[in-house]
Amino acid sequence: MIETNSEKKIKDNKRLDGRSLLDFRKINVETDVINKAQGSAHVRIGNTQVIVGVKLAIGEPYADSIGQGNLMCSAEFTPMSSPNFESGPPSPNSIELARVIDRGIRESKSINLENLSIDEKHVWTVFVDIHIISHDGNLMDAAALAAISALKTAKIPKIDKEKMQVIVGEYEGNIPIDHVPINVTVCKIGDKTILDPTSVEEELIDAKLSISVREDDKICALQKQGKEGILMEEIEKMIDLAISKSNEIRKMVN
Amino acid sequence: MGGKSDIKLIDNGKRIDGRSLDDTRNVKIDMDIINVADGSARVEFGNTIALSSVYGPRELFPRFMQKPNTGILRAKYNMAPFSVDDRKRPGLDRRSQEISKVMVNAIEPMLFLEDYPKSVVDVFVEIIQADGSTRVTGINAASIAIAAAGIPMRNIVTSCSVGKIEDSLVVDLDGKEDNFGSCDLAIAMATETREITLLQMDGAVSKDELKSLLEKAENTCKKIFEKQKEALRNLYKK
Repeated sequence: MIETNSEKKIKDNKRLDGRSLLDFRKINVETDVINKAQGSAHVRIGNTQVIVGVKLAIGEPYADSIGQGNLMCSAEFTPMSSPNFESGPPSPNSIELARVIDRGIRESKSINLENLSIDEKHVWTVFVDIHIISHDGNLMDAAALAAISALKTAKIPKIDKEKMQVIVGEYEGNIPIDHVPINVTVCKIGDKTILDPTSVEEELIDAKLSISVREDDKICALQKQGKEGILMEEIEKMIDLAISKSNEIRKMVN
Repeated sequence: MGGKSDIKLIDNGKRIDGRSLDDTRNVKIDMDIINVADGSARVEFGNTIALSSVYGPRELFPRFMQKPNTGILRAKYNMAPFSVDDRKRPGLDRRSQEISKVMVNAIEPMLFLEDYPKSVVDVFVEIIQADGSTRVTGINAASIAIAAAGIPMRNIVTSCSVGKIEDSLVVDLDGKEDNFGSCDLAIAMATETREITLLQMDGAVSKDELKSLLEKAENTCKKIFEKQKEALRNLYKK
């Protein structure tokens, strides 16, 4: 196997862009970037960019969750964001990303869906649409940060109760957000642990664990990815790392 | 997950089906249930039934997917329309696509795929009756079906679910517990090396609770691993 420059550096506890192994790239969170959406955020982590738009629509409750609003997360890996993405039906990667972020938001009880009931037959359906604009690694953390930032700014539209229609441009208030989950993906390359990989570094990853942590340090979602395993004794360290990093990143969400 | 239940799921340390917190449901394993396949298995965890069949290593088509230096593993998880209370619409949905993907990750580290350039190992998992913990039942079936197909493996992968229900930590969640519990964790591991190849969790638990969940999961996997070994031994006794 030819050893790449990046691999050599990581063995030396360094990285091509000069970061140390556990540093994130510069994170920038911009909210309210899309007027047409009820909530939105544009997150940049280094060269990775994700835009999330939150839309609310009047929907019907599911039979097994009467009196509760619905939450739907989906992700699109647009072809513009990477030479390796093609248009077409959602890839397993984009499905996984959307579902892991969905679980982070849902299971952290970030939104109390009972607050999103309108009447017996109508509830709000919250669509969280994740748009990958530029892929330079660590999409999971960037997309999760964008999703929660967008939700924090999302407003509930006023409705005309007789016609059951949204009154465009008028709002009742924000969606109440009870918890702020932050996703941190801890990656293993050989015996090294790194955070926030670029797409070049992602090629080298043996295994990674996405950990979603709430502000009270409770863990609300885990997803192991990658072609190799993780040892039982490594998991605790990964969790500790994710908890401390998540507290730093949470400061970016206003 | 996280729904509201009118029934009490745990009463006096007993669960709705009478199990104690650390009991798995009845585990039943049958081997070689699909004769045309290279390897196959049927695994039951209580009312959850998973079938798995394995083909390969065989030449991979379409050709452009072939890799000159290694073989690939494909896994397909599917739920039969009749496997659940309300008929499931047949075909691919997002859930089964995600599970198929994590199943590949769960099994791949155990195979010597680099020995089969341009080839594929196909693993199919069909859930014909679902009552919680379907993905772990499927992985348990797939893992021994691969062994039965005579494909060399570093270790057998064993999988189980653990979770938190009404403040108690329990193993092997059934459908009701999965729906109404507050946390659900699926794990797959090679118990002999303690290597974890699948780990998925949702719910809200503290770090300490997570630690004890992982311990419980490891102990449960060890028990299930014995059953897998026994099933494989019986296969060659005949």
